[in-house]
Amino acid sequence: MPKIIRDGAIFDAPWTVLKADDTAPLPSLSDAPLLIVPLKVWQLRREELLARSGQLGLLLQTNDEPAPFGADASLFSLIAIQFDKFTDGRGYSLGRLLRERYGYSGELRAVGDVLQDQLFYLKRSGFNAFAVRADKSIDAALKSLNDFSETYQGAWDQPLPLFKRRPISTVN
Amino acid sequence: MYRYDHYDQTLVNERVAQFRDQTRRFLVGELSEDEFRPLRLQNGLYIQRVAPMLRVAIPYGMLSSKQLRMLAHIARKYDKNYAHFTTRQNIQYNWPKLEDTPDILADLASVEMHAIQTSGNCIRNITSDHFAGVAEDEIVDPRPYCEVLRQWSTFHPEFAYLPRKFKIAVSGSKEDRAATMVHDIGIYLRRNENDEVVLDVLVGGGLGRTPIVGPVIKKDLPWQHMMSYLEAALRVYNRYGRRDNLYKARIKILVKALTPQKFAEEVEAEWQHIKDGPATLTEEELARVAKHFTDPNYEILGTVDAVFFQHLSQDKAFATWVKRSVHPHRVPGYRSVTLSLKPMGVAPGDLTDAQMDHVADWADEFSFGELRVSHEQNLILADVKQSDLFALWQKTKAIGLATPNIGLINDIVCCPGGDFCSLANAKSLPIADSIQQRFENLDYQHDIGELDLNISGCMNSCGHHHVAHIGILGVDKAGSEWYQISIGGHSGRALDDSGRTLPTALGDVIGPSFAAADVPDVIENLVKTYLANRYEDEQFVDTVNRLGVAPFKINVYGEKGHAKVTAHA
Repeated sequence: MPKIIRDGAIFDAPWTVLKADDTAPLPSLSDAPLLIVPLKVWQLRREELLARSGQLGLLLQTNDEPAPFGADASLFSLIAIQFDKFTDGRGYSLGRLLRERYGYSGELRAVGDVLQDQLFYLKRSGFNAFAVRADKSIDAALKSLNDFSETYQGAWDQPLPLFKRRPISTVN
Repeated sequence: MYRYDHYDQTLVNERVAQFRDQTRRFLVGELSEDEFRPLRLQNGLYIQRVAPMLRVAIPYGMLSSKQLRMLAHIARKYDKNYAHFTTRQNIQYNWPKLEDTPDILADLASVEMHAIQTSGNCIRNITSDHFAGVAEDEIVDPRPYCEVLRQWSTFHPEFAYLPRKFKIAVSGSKEDRAATMVHDIGIYLRRNENDEVVLDVLVGGGLGRTPIVGPVIKKDLPWQHMMSYLEAALRVYNRYGRRDNLYKARIKILVKALTPQKFAEEVEAEWQHIKDGPATLTEEELARVAKHFTDPNYEILGTVDAVFFQHLSQDKAFATWVKRSVHPHRVPGYRSVTLSLKPMGVAPGDLTDAQMDHVADWADEFSFGELRVSHEQNLILADVKQSDLFALWQKTKAIGLATPNIGLINDIVCCPGGDFCSLANAKSLPIADSIQQRFENLDYQHDIGELDLNISGCMNSCGHHHVAHIGILGVDKAGSEWYQISIGGHSGRALDDSGRTLPTALGDVIGPSFAAADVPDVIENLVKTYLANRYEDEQFVDTVNRLGVAPFKINVYGEKGHAKVTAHA
C-alpha cells in the first residue's frame, strides 16, 4: 500500500481512483471505503456519488478552475492535486484558493511528481498531505517540512506575515 | 542601510543548511540533474560554458564596506580574484566549484548577504535607483519599500515555481534610474495631492525576444496595499501565464494576449478578495524598516568649498573627472561619486579582489561605510564631501577606477556574452573592447557627449540593448556570430526641470547585421552622422528622434541600401 505524509507523520494510504470515462457501477464500500474521482466524473455523476455511503475524494489537475465546484468542497474528505511536473506552480495557487477562498478544511494531498524540496512551500500553500514519489525516501522528505523555522509572508499555515508578529523589542 | 535582526539572520542561515543538504544529495546521486536544477538556480548557481557561475544578490544596490570586503574574500578564496557586476544589481562569480557553493553562501550569510532567488522562475532581486536617498529629484525614498518587498518575496511559497522569471524594480524619483518600464512589474512611488505615498504599478514590460514598454495597470494605489496587490497580480500570472512555450512564458505575453485592460480587471477581481487582509502593510512596519535608511551623520557644510574649486580650476584632468563622475546631492556640501568599472581593456563591470578592498576602504573613509551598485555596472559612493573629492580622485585614479567616461560612449553596458554564458549566441566582451579602442580618445568621447551604448550577446537582453541610444545584439546565423544594431532607444529620463519626463523607448533596428570586425566602423559612422547633424547641444538620441533612422541608415548602408561594409541579410 502506498505511503503518504499526513499532518507530519507517515501513514499507509489506500488509493482507489475512478477513471474519467468510467460508467460502470461504483465500487462497493468494502472495495473502496474512500473513493477518489476526477473532477469530470464528479461533474457527471454527482448525485450518484452523493447517494453512496463512504468517503469521497476529488482528484484535480493543477489547471482546474475551482469556481464551478468550490461550493462542493466540504463534501469531500480528501482533495488531491496532481502535479505532473514538480515545477508546475499552479497547484500552489489552487491549494491556497481551496483553503482560503472556498474554506476547504479536509485533507489536501499533493500527488504525482511530489518531492522533498517542494514540501515546505506546499505545506504553506495549504497542503497537509504528500504522496512523495515512490522512488524517493519519504522519511527524508518528512524532515523538509521544517526546513525553515520562520516565514516572512503570510500564507495558509500562518496567515500573519512576520511583520505582524515581530516583537516590538526587535526594533533597533 | 538595512541590518538583519534575529529573524532575517535565522532565515539565511537555514537557507544555507538547506542548500548544503541539497548539494550533498545531488553529489551522491539522490537528486537528479533535473530535480537539482531549480534548487541550485534559486540559490544563484548556473552551470555555464566553462564552469558554474554564482550570482549573488545586492538588494536594491546597497552594500556596506564590510560586505564588499567579503565579496573580495570570496573572489580570492573560491574564484580567480575578480567578479562581475551585472545589470540587475547583482554580482557574479565565474569560476566557483559546485561543492564550494554552500561554504560561499555561509560566508555571505555571515555579512547579511545571500544568493536567494537570483535565478530561476521566481521573484528575483528587487532593483532600484542607485541614487536613492540622496538624489535631488527624489519624491519618495524607495529603499524601505524595496526592503519590505525583499522580505515579502523571499521564499514566497506560492510563487517559487512561476511560468518564468519575475523581475521587480522600484523608482521614487522624477528621473527613472531603475528601468522600471522594462520590468515584469515596475513600481513608481509618488505623492498624491494629500501628500500620501501612492504607487503606480506597471506590469508586463520587458526586453528579451519581445521587448515591451510596460503599461500602467493600477494608478494611485495606497502604499498599504502594495503586497496584496502584487500578490493578486502574481496569482493571476501564476495561474494563467503560459507554461507550454519558454519564449511565451513571461508575464508580458499574458498581459498582451489579454490586453492590459482585461489583465487589470482580472487582478482587480482577485485583489478584492485579499485586499485589507493580513498582507496589508502597517505604519509600524514601514517605520521599522525606514529607520534603517535614515540620513548618515552629515556635517553642516557650505555649498561651496574653496579648495575644491581651486583644484577644479587648476587641474584639467580632475575637472574632467568631476564633470563625468560627480553628481548632485540633496545635502549642501555633499556629492555622489561614480567609480567607473569601464576602463579600457577590462570587461565592463569587472572588479578585482584588490580593487574591491580599496573601494571598501574609500567607503569607510569618505562615504559613511556604504556604497551602491548601479544597473549600468558601476559603483557609487553616495555621500562624499565636496572637500574630499580631490583626495578621493587621486586614490581612485591610482588603481584604475577614475576613467572619466560615465555616461559617455565607452561607459558600455555589457553582458558576459559567449565567453562565459551558455545562453549566448555571440561574444559581447570583444565587441565592447573594440568599440572602446575606437573611441579611446577622451576628448572625442566628451565631444560626442552623453551616449548609452549597450551590448547583449543574445535575445535574453541582459545588456539591455533595446533601451540604449545605440544597442548591439549578438545573433547566430548558420553557426557564425553577427551583430544587429539599433538606435534611438532610451530608458526613462528627466527631460527638464519641471519634471516632465520622456518615457522609456525601444530602439529601431537599422538593418541587416554585421560581422564583429565591422562593428566599430558602423558605430563610428553612426556617431559621425550625429555629429554632422546635431543641433546645438542635443544628445545623439535626440538627433535620432528628430531626424529618424533614415539618414543614419543611408550613411551606414549607402543610398540603395548596399552596405558600405559587409552586412549579412
